[in-house]
Amino acid sequence: MPITHEGLAREFEFVTNPGERKHIFEAIDGTAPIMQEMAYALIVGNNTEVDRLTQEALAEGFTANQLLDDGLLNGMAIVGVKFRDNLIFVPEVLVAARAMKAGMTYIEPILSASGAEPAGIIIMGTVKGDLHDIGKNLCIMMLRGAGFVVHDIGVDSSPEDFIDAAEEHSAHVVGMSALLTTTMPNMGRTIATFEDMGMRDEVRIMVGGAPVTQDFADEMGADAYGDNAVDAVDKAKELVKLLGELNSD
Amino acid sequence: MAVSDGKPGILDRLAAGDTLIFDGATGTYLQNNGLEPGASPELMNADSPETVQGMAQHYFDAGSDIVLTNTFGGNKFMLKRYGAEERLYELNRAAAELARAAAPEGKFVSGSIGPTGEFIEPLGTATEDELYDTFAVMSKAFEDGGADAVMIETQLAIEEAAIAVRAAKDATKLVVMATMVFDKGPRGYFTMMGVTPEQAVEGLEEAGADIVGTNCGLSIDKMVEIATRMRAVTDKYLVVQSNAGMPVIRNGETCYLDTPEFMAEHYRKLADLPINILGGCCGTTADHIRALVQSVRA
Repeated sequence: MPITHEGLAREFEFVTNPGERKHIFEAIDGTAPIMQEMAYALIVGNNTEVDRLTQEALAEGFTANQLLDDGLLNGMAIVGVKFRDNLIFVPEVLVAARAMKAGMTYIEPILSASGAEPAGIIIMGTVKGDLHDIGKNLCIMMLRGAGFVVHDIGVDSSPEDFIDAAEEHSAHVVGMSALLTTTMPNMGRTIATFEDMGMRDEVRIMVGGAPVTQDFADEMGADAYGDNAVDAVDKAKELVKLLGELNSD
Repeated sequence: MAVSDGKPGILDRLAAGDTLIFDGATGTYLQNNGLEPGASPELMNADSPETVQGMAQHYFDAGSDIVLTNTFGGNKFMLKRYGAEERLYELNRAAAELARAAAPEGKFVSGSIGPTGEFIEPLGTATEDELYDTFAVMSKAFEDGGADAVMIETQLAIEEAAIAVRAAKDATKLVVMATMVFDKGPRGYFTMMGVTPEQAVEGLEEAGADIVGTNCGLSIDKMVEIATRMRAVTDKYLVVQSNAGMPVIRNGETCYLDTPEFMAEHYRKLADLPINILGGCCGTTADHIRALVQSVRA
């Protein structure tokens, strides 16, 4: 069955990787027209429309989980692919994230009241000495959109700030951001501090930021490197899964 | 700049066919000379004037024709993070005066304006007027401090860069240069906000920039590719300031590994395009500038 919403069907054509096409098609296939409409409104960044559709769908009896999975996340999946493939850029992702937030305003209270398990708990911060937060904030929006509970400890965060927050919130993942090449090494220092405190095995650590590379992440001993905000979500999911497998052993 | 005092200005030199040499890295130099990670480089214009003037001296000695002021983050939004937004004019003017004091006869000083880190509404919260005002004050401060030009650099969004160009043009008689920083993605070169090299040239020239180009973000071999595309769409003057490669970590310290020799070879290619003004960005040192001078003046 084709995707019934015309706009969404058009957007779906931007997904060209066969594996991704199959995955995203299966997620959209058979979803209600209003969910496809919502996914489309999110992709084009129409936050008033997402707001309206979310209220309408809840009134019609759709569950918060359906809205999240069939509506918002299906839209975000296509946004993620288009962003990675240079078909859209930060401005378009920002407006899509804003549309996501419009829907989450209604969905989040319902989900948390129902005691649903979050995808994971993440601490996000920009490392000590660095005051830049555009990239970090973009990652946080995408992570929250993907169902993670994210605690943002802000900019200029010391190793102790990361450790305290990780302990306080029993975090699964710690995400560190840096824009400056001079503050980048503070990621390594933070990881070393987690080791010194005997906490390294309790969390997975991911890093990102304009000058950060996979090599750099490896050298510092990070568990993952996110090349962009979409990649950060994928890496966070992998890390939480890995941590779950370790703990169940 | 007009030849008001009989000495040739930047545009006169370019019109005569000269290739002008910009300076090396500012941040890298200051970090090696007392700037703590995370501290405000612009506050050094007031607190460590001898270091800032020494840096300008250092690059003029290496052969730079134009040295940038230490004001990359000298806009209202960045200064606010250090509680210094009230010192907007003072810190920018001081930087221009320090560079001027180090400049030998016939050499030039250019103010530096980096991105604010803000998104313009409705995408973000900053207004066009706010940006225009901060850029106009900075530009005027550079002119009052004795600068010859203003360089609007490392720009990501054409809107912000264009506002800065217009503000500098309106507020001063300075030569106005503007550069954007590109990433290499699966579909080629774009800024974070989706601007291509061709769109950058068109947008920045349309805003009124005298000289446009690219800086930072990539290693110099990639800068040659971007510069080639820019040269294909304009006959006007172009400027390229390249990093000494991409940063890597060695023993916990950030390093840039591209050697002066490697860069010199590519500077030669850039000069042949021709790119009219060549310089260094992150990680470049006086050695890189000396190699640059040799390669294009040999």
